[in-house]
Amino acid sequence: MKKLFALCLALTLVLSLAGCGNSASNDTDAKSEGVMTYAEYVAADLESQVVVETYVQAKQSWWDNKATVYTQDKDGAYFLYNMACSEEDYAKLVPGTKIKVTGYKSEWSGEVEIVDATFEIEDGSYIAEAFDATSLLGTDELINHQNQFVSFKGMTVEAVNDNGDAFMYNWDGSGEDGNDLYFNVSLNGQTYTFTVESYLCDNTTDVYAAVKNLKVGDTVDMEGFLYWYEGVNPHITSVTVK
Amino acid sequence: MSRIRKALLLMLLTAGCLFTLTACHGSRGLDAFVIPEEFDTSRDYEITFWAKNDTNKTQTDIYKKAIADFEDLYPNITVNLRLYTDYGKIYNDVITNISTNTTPNVCITYPDHIATYLTGINIVVPLDELFDNEKYGLDGSEVRFDSPSKEEIIPQFLDECSFSKHYYAIPFMRSTEACYVNKTFVEKLGYTLPETLTWDFVWEVSEAAMQQDDEGYFLINGQKVMIPFIYKSTDNMMIQMLKQKQAGYSTSEGEIQIFNDTTRELLYTIAEHGKTGAFSTFKISSYPANFLNAGQCIFAIDSTAGATWMGTDAPLSDISEDALVEFETEVMTIPQFDTGNPQMISQGPSVCIFNKADSQEVLASWLFVQYLLTNDVQIAYAETEGYIPVTTKAQLDAGYQNYLSRSGEDNSTYYDIKIKASKLLLDNIDNTFVTPVFNGSASLRDAAGQLIENVTKSVRRKENVDDAYMEKLFDDVTSLYRLNQSKATDSGKTELGKLPKTSVILLSALAITWGLIILYVGYEAVKKKKSSHNNH
Repeated sequence: MKKLFALCLALTLVLSLAGCGNSASNDTDAKSEGVMTYAEYVAADLESQVVVETYVQAKQSWWDNKATVYTQDKDGAYFLYNMACSEEDYAKLVPGTKIKVTGYKSEWSGEVEIVDATFEIEDGSYIAEAFDATSLLGTDELINHQNQFVSFKGMTVEAVNDNGDAFMYNWDGSGEDGNDLYFNVSLNGQTYTFTVESYLCDNTTDVYAAVKNLKVGDTVDMEGFLYWYEGVNPHITSVTVK
Repeated sequence: MSRIRKALLLMLLTAGCLFTLTACHGSRGLDAFVIPEEFDTSRDYEITFWAKNDTNKTQTDIYKKAIADFEDLYPNITVNLRLYTDYGKIYNDVITNISTNTTPNVCITYPDHIATYLTGINIVVPLDELFDNEKYGLDGSEVRFDSPSKEEIIPQFLDECSFSKHYYAIPFMRSTEACYVNKTFVEKLGYTLPETLTWDFVWEVSEAAMQQDDEGYFLINGQKVMIPFIYKSTDNMMIQMLKQKQAGYSTSEGEIQIFNDTTRELLYTIAEHGKTGAFSTFKISSYPANFLNAGQCIFAIDSTAGATWMGTDAPLSDISEDALVEFETEVMTIPQFDTGNPQMISQGPSVCIFNKADSQEVLASWLFVQYLLTNDVQIAYAETEGYIPVTTKAQLDAGYQNYLSRSGEDNSTYYDIKIKASKLLLDNIDNTFVTPVFNGSASLRDAAGQLIENVTKSVRRKENVDDAYMEKLFDDVTSLYRLNQSKATDSGKTELGKLPKTSVILLSALAITWGLIILYVGYEAVKKKKSSHNNH
């Protein structure tokens, strides 16, 4: 009996810990009535109306009562572009906030997103852990994780131009401090362009400073959102030089 | 009245006047700019220049070189450059900075935007007198560089900067829109490009390109994606269609005329082709150049200032090399309804000067602005894209003519699509037009594009676009862009909204002051009467 009781206690403890593992809440599976699962969202046609429940992971920008937000549930991610949002509500969209979003599934230069959306805040919270996408770089499978919070590990910083610079302001070096940062990183002989999106992480952030301090040849671990623009174009939110 | 009470009243009156003047200063802004007799070169000046580029490093390098060259000529003037890639962002930042009195000295902008800046008093410097100033004006005797005369600025372009009875800007560069055509595909579909594109031709070819096989591959390109006709700027699309149809858009006084039967008819046509997928827009799908260069578009309409992105050999590209396809590109004027009377928009950056308390600082700003019109700057910048210089002096310069004559020599400086785009505008300057500028014209422009974006999105979402839809669309867009509010009849001096706090204080102070004056005068009259009565 004692053994059985001890086993039950241990199992309860293990299950509790497992439940705590990936989220701040254990109700991230449940979808309200009329709300799509991520699989249903993926299967939905472009230009069709979609209704999803998701969790704010990061905010990119707010202007003229429109917000652009990176969101994710435990199954996948949803990029919300120019969603109707008051400035007051924008302040409430802190990471983890659960929202129900109604909008249209759309695609812009390869980026699948929800546009012309409205939302309502619901009870619940979830912060996604970074999914290690390093091994998926260059594979067709990578796009299945579009918009998710991901990590890339052990990549090498490459020059972005003939001058041997490790980063550029704007895609061609035409910008200045405060603009987007572009830098190249390689893995297994393939080079990829990553971006610090200045609306997401401006020039006061650690990641902006970290990228400005990169040197060609540095080995770096990175985290960010798996954005798409004519191919993979991650919006990086942290860089660690190893 | 005791002496103390008199002193108190006097003090109150003085305070009232001072308060009135203070409030007055705050509410009316800066004094109007007056050109100094002499430019004081014994002082140092620091001016800020907010410049727009097309995310093009060559352009930013030209700005930097222009500043360095200007500073060599005027060592007492330092120009601080702030770079933008979006007119809208400049506009928003200027609006924000007007309220804090921290506008830049010089700013690249659109006349539509200046009309909004003019709702403040003495915010933007009128340039008429500066143009004509003998010493520091265009081609002035004391100007340290070879500046163009007023007559050497292309009149149409200069006129675009004149509104509210003044010149509030100078043109910097000019462009128009061009249709970049995949000629290979047009001919593959069995058509021959006409000398001038018509809307009917573009719609017909676009629909012909929509044929797919059983597996959904388009016959024309063998790919799963084909949007035959993509328009970058839908506000320009609507504005130019209406102009070509001689239909209403707005009056120069700011009367909104866009919600008319022609607009409705145009929207039905656009909806018809949006529904089949033959037409889309930049906002809905992405840059026309990306689709054109991938063989997924036949008619890509974009600015001539976007020419370096167009074509198989484009020097600039956002798509991967393996996505590029080989095709012959034709650069044509935008489609027309009346080929005998072609109409196309004139657009491109203009430069305005913001007023400052120090007139010497404003004069320093003007000298820099004038420097942007010199041949070196004009020609260098025009060559970065399908722009053209805004002065005859630069257009006729041997160096510029040589540049134009070398079209196709390489795929960078002499990229043929880019030079063809510039020539398209040079050949059509007399066919260009601009829309009236007034406070609210920027919103109307946005509304024009929104109409097209909305119907296109709606039909893609299988919504029914009918008369009821149109009515609601017109109402929604009117409301969204506040087009039903009273607009300026001249210079944007209406639609001021709630009185600013300083004005309320000013008016209150005036009322109190006058009240006290009347009280005092009344009191003195009564006292005098009493005194006179007592003396009798």
